[in-house]
Amino acid sequence: MLMKAEELNRVLYVDLTKKDIKVKDRTDLFDKYLGGSGVAIKLLEEECPTGIDPLSAANPMIFAVGPLTALYPSASKTVAMFKSPLTGNLGESHCGGRSAMAIRLAGYGAIVITGSSDILLYLVIAGDKVKFRDASSIGGMDAQTVGRILREAETGSGVRTIIRTGRAGGKLVRYACAVSETYRHFGRLGLGAVMGSKNLKALVISADKSVEIPKDKRKEYRKVYDEIHDVVVKTDAMEKYHDLGTAGKLYEMNKLGGMAYKNLESASAPEAIGRELSGENFANKFLSRRVSCAHCPVGCVHLASLRELYAPGHYFKTTTIPYDNEPIYAVGFMLGMEHAEDCLRMIDAVDTVGMDIMSTGVVLAWATEAYGKGLITKAHTDGLDLQWGDVSTYLAAVEKIVEMPTEFYQNLAMGVEHASSVYGGQDYALAFGGNEMPEYHTGIACYINNLTGARHSHLDSAGYTLDQKLIGKEFSIEEVVKSLIAEEEWRQILSSLVVCFFARAVYTSERVLKAMAAIGLENWSPAKLEAVGREIHRAKMNFKFREGFDLAKLRIPKRIFEVPTPHGLLKEEDLRKAIEIYGELISAQK
Amino acid sequence: MVKKLAVLDVNKCIGCMECMFACSRREGRVGFDKSAIRVRSAGGIERGFVVVVCRVCEDPPCVKVCPTDALRVRKGGGVILNKDKCIGCGFCAQACIMGAIFWDDELDKPIVCMYCGDCADYCVHNAIGLVDV
Repeated sequence: MLMKAEELNRVLYVDLTKKDIKVKDRTDLFDKYLGGSGVAIKLLEEECPTGIDPLSAANPMIFAVGPLTALYPSASKTVAMFKSPLTGNLGESHCGGRSAMAIRLAGYGAIVITGSSDILLYLVIAGDKVKFRDASSIGGMDAQTVGRILREAETGSGVRTIIRTGRAGGKLVRYACAVSETYRHFGRLGLGAVMGSKNLKALVISADKSVEIPKDKRKEYRKVYDEIHDVVVKTDAMEKYHDLGTAGKLYEMNKLGGMAYKNLESASAPEAIGRELSGENFANKFLSRRVSCAHCPVGCVHLASLRELYAPGHYFKTTTIPYDNEPIYAVGFMLGMEHAEDCLRMIDAVDTVGMDIMSTGVVLAWATEAYGKGLITKAHTDGLDLQWGDVSTYLAAVEKIVEMPTEFYQNLAMGVEHASSVYGGQDYALAFGGNEMPEYHTGIACYINNLTGARHSHLDSAGYTLDQKLIGKEFSIEEVVKSLIAEEEWRQILSSLVVCFFARAVYTSERVLKAMAAIGLENWSPAKLEAVGREIHRAKMNFKFREGFDLAKLRIPKRIFEVPTPHGLLKEEDLRKAIEIYGELISAQK
Repeated sequence: MVKKLAVLDVNKCIGCMECMFACSRREGRVGFDKSAIRVRSAGGIERGFVVVVCRVCEDPPCVKVCPTDALRVRKGGGVILNKDKCIGCGFCAQACIMGAIFWDDELDKPIVCMYCGDCADYCVHNAIGLVDV
């Protein structure tokens, strides 16, 4: 079946309570906000009532793709938006795999899922056909097994994505993730818990359509396509992300002293640990295959192969485990792992139950320190003796976060912000805006990013990159804040088109406009892109404010002021000042 | 020199599907309904990928079962489809145990590789390429 290139206007609405669907033409939204984050935030405004419990049926779950999806290289991500059960405000998470292409070529620009089913379901979206299927037999299963079973149970031909939760989703762990294509994730902010609250185990979306490039545009489209493809494969993005992958920068970050180690006891692990947990070491010892998201020639996804003796009598198993920069930080550096193998075992365990690995690592790092300080005891931990680098204890702890045998684990399953509000130790509870921190302890910019970014994600405005650029330079706090806001606004355009942030150097404003024009999206200009980026960013911030987010009330853990960054020690007054400037700037420029 | 498309090293395939997109792009399309090449996982991504495309048989079974002579052997190997003669019986697709003859639902006729090499031009990891017959 054939669609027009500009045809991204169809939004599929699925009501899980009534088990009913509707398709609406939302040209209004796509014309104005492109797709992805821009359209998703508008749909969230429409569908999410103020002040609802994120784990109630009233919370909508929105998946959106954009005008460049499937049409250009590395335009390979899907944006999910929802009210986050972890932070209580904006939930936004991006995922690649085959998700974006499958949604677009199934004929939709966005999918809105509302309500909650009375029985456990999985949803099959095979182009225009939507089926509600009984998932009761796969409810308690891990994410990998669910994928394998649905791959065989659903025969939908062509290209498809299987987005599913592990056990953590069903148990409503607030940072449960959704997994697609086994190795990619809607990782952050608890999409898996929202799926769990809706009694939705998985979505199988298969593409059955093609997009037709208008005859008078074909030459131009191919020319622009080739230009972009050339840049993608010839820039250092390709080299950097394909060769060692995102893990390639770990060693240098640790050497620089910008890597949170053992709950930020220091910003650098000893040299031997830095080498052990480096991208080079993972590649040399364990890398078994590099794969890519659909329609991206880079292939940044790195898969390790771990062979282990797991029972006497030569019972070996070989497990394939995806690794990246952030997981190695979170369950490697943060938990004081001394062996890359142990780090891989943890990644596998967290992936199996389906939790956000960054949150899990930070939560366990806090628990280890709090346990060491006597704030919590074995009565809380259900007998576990949490010690840095002790992988078998951590593996048991992952299981307990999901199964919640004691009240302590129920609290851990709600995130470190919550757990530390119950047990104390907030000075070293490393969450910002309620979201557990990324690895970076590079300077003031990364923390302004963590605190003010709409998703409290390092990818909101890449403060860590700015910090590194500013080493040895004079700068004012105001300049830093302005630069971070400009970056976050521009990223709204990338995540509305939807382009992978790894290809951000490729998709400059000029190339974006060319790419859009070549598929018939004209009347856009650099100024218009900038204005729309700003508008989307403000809409996201306004959603947060509406749901109670308050810049003045942001908690800043004292730990970050006690450990030197590559810029020296940070001062709380500077960071508070930055937050204030941020508030003034975003309200001055609506 | 007559060329044919070959899978040079399937272990270099990262599953990006650029080849599939390139094939349908020739027809001004983004999607797979006109694509003569497919990449799929070899039973789970961890096992790598399989590239399904015409292997240029010396004595092609698809030609032998064509009742209308729409398919004929190309000089140097491979096949050429004359769509005007094709009645869409589908015997060729059944005869190809590689599964390398795909189906055009719009025309109700087979999709056969033309050995143009467009797909290989976009395979930056050199998993596939054009080689002399």
